[in-house]
Amino acid sequence: MKNIQIKIGGFGGQGIVLAGYILGKAASIHDKKNATLTQSYGPESRGGSCSAQLIIGNDEIDYPKVSQPDILLIMSQEAYDKFTPELTKGGILLYDEDLAKPTNNFGKTTRVHSIPATRYAEEIGKKVVANIIMLGFFTAISGLISPDAMKKSIRSSTPSGFEELNVKAFDRGYESGLTKTNQKK
Amino acid sequence: MTMIRPAIRTGEHFFNGDVACAEGAIASGCRFFAGYPITPATEIAEAMSARMPEVDGIFIQMEDEIASMNAILGASCAGVKSMTATSGPGFSLMMENFGLGIMMEIPAVLVNIQRGGPSTGLPTITGQQDMMQARWGSHGDYEVIALSPCSPQEMFDFTIKAFNLSEKYRLPVLVMADEIVGHMMEKVIIPEKKDIHLISRKKPAVAPEEYLMYQPEADHVPPMANAGDGYKVITTGLTHDEKGYPAMNAEAHEKLIKRLCDKIIKNRSDIIEYEERYIDDAEIVVITYGIPARSTLRAVKDARNAGIKAGMLRLITVWPFYEEKVFELAGKTHALIVPEINNGQIVREVERSARGKTKVIPIRKFAEMHTPQEIFKVIKEVSK
Repeated sequence: MKNIQIKIGGFGGQGIVLAGYILGKAASIHDKKNATLTQSYGPESRGGSCSAQLIIGNDEIDYPKVSQPDILLIMSQEAYDKFTPELTKGGILLYDEDLAKPTNNFGKTTRVHSIPATRYAEEIGKKVVANIIMLGFFTAISGLISPDAMKKSIRSSTPSGFEELNVKAFDRGYESGLTKTNQKK
Repeated sequence: MTMIRPAIRTGEHFFNGDVACAEGAIASGCRFFAGYPITPATEIAEAMSARMPEVDGIFIQMEDEIASMNAILGASCAGVKSMTATSGPGFSLMMENFGLGIMMEIPAVLVNIQRGGPSTGLPTITGQQDMMQARWGSHGDYEVIALSPCSPQEMFDFTIKAFNLSEKYRLPVLVMADEIVGHMMEKVIIPEKKDIHLISRKKPAVAPEEYLMYQPEADHVPPMANAGDGYKVITTGLTHDEKGYPAMNAEAHEKLIKRLCDKIIKNRSDIIEYEERYIDDAEIVVITYGIPARSTLRAVKDARNAGIKAGMLRLITVWPFYEEKVFELAGKTHALIVPEINNGQIVREVERSARGKTKVIPIRKFAEMHTPQEIFKVIKEVSK
């Protein structure tokens, strides 16, 4: 697998960096790939803009920063507006449709999918698992990481007592992602 | 109930550089950490505060960085491997007692997760602006050892290396990382205990009544008795004789300073480590250290793909500086390129070592790492 650049964007408090951590750990520890996670790091706080940047693949990762994302996971309008212009032609854009409205057109080759992740999270019982729903959605659509690796990473990265809720959230997103990819076929 | 984790967490982890550094210290046998939290080194203190109680070690948050440096020197005198970690302004405050550690010849590790300066500068943003301060930040004549990691794995490995060098040569050793390495997360492999090579300070081989605190052996390093071992432990920041008594005269001063320098200078071949990539037939060499090495590697690969004979010399040990190697490269290249996240610090050493034999070109960058394209562009221009 060629190295893929992924950016996750949203606002502080949504677990953007945690989502990046779970994804990076799943890839590097459980799927035996290489992964590097960097994050926007500043005097950020809850509600401010926030992003996590990952490179995942089988090749040696030299330059660790994301220059042009192949895949975007978007959880706020600000992140949508800021990051979608960076997306590689032919890349994948995934966004929470209740938190961001599409404002630009992409070429035919770009795969764009949306999910009401935060709404689904509220249905499951906790709004904070919206990031995990996005990860499930991403896993199904991208096919880059095995769902098994993701679940292992989720179980070891979320607070004790909340593992099952998070796995349930993952499954919700994953199933939704499978439906989207089947529709396309 | 949380599980108590072992001292050596053998296995694969997804760690940031700061946490990897803390685990490297603990794997080295570090059982005393004194520090004052400062971005972007805070996660080291945070990790140590959680881990020290698990391994019967001590964590103290001191009143400031001056006291932190003093505390680790004191703990090391008592025989405990000790570390502190800081950034920018804290590094400045530690400089006086860093010199005390050099003068009293006390093993310890000082980690600097560099950020932009001077002064408060850029608390959350990267830099390599303390490289000359690492060399000359304390007053007086002395030699230092400074290592420069470029990944979380190296934060683990080089922290162990730093402890080993500090114990072997009896001095505080510097780990000069930066915000990007400190905060980025990657796989860190922690080996089994039997595969981690550790060095401990030489102990006196003589009876307590014959022991002199500062009597060197052939390698210029005196064996070190810990306070409380039953030996006469006399130590001072004043110029001293082999007994450790103050000796304020030119002869004693020259003898001591020369030995403090010689123990590093004359053991350079044992201390200096570096990495070479694509260097054998290289006509243009990028000399790099720390995080820009990763952009450099990509730029050099791109240059090779474009048919340009470029190579990379990465300094793992920045201090002592490997001037012989740079001189050798200067004699057989069109240019030496030096990307740094500062206004040009180590490039001065490269220029000095090249002695006019080739072009030396700095690539100065501020508050972010060079992109591979920025380095490639310079390689390409030079190759024309």
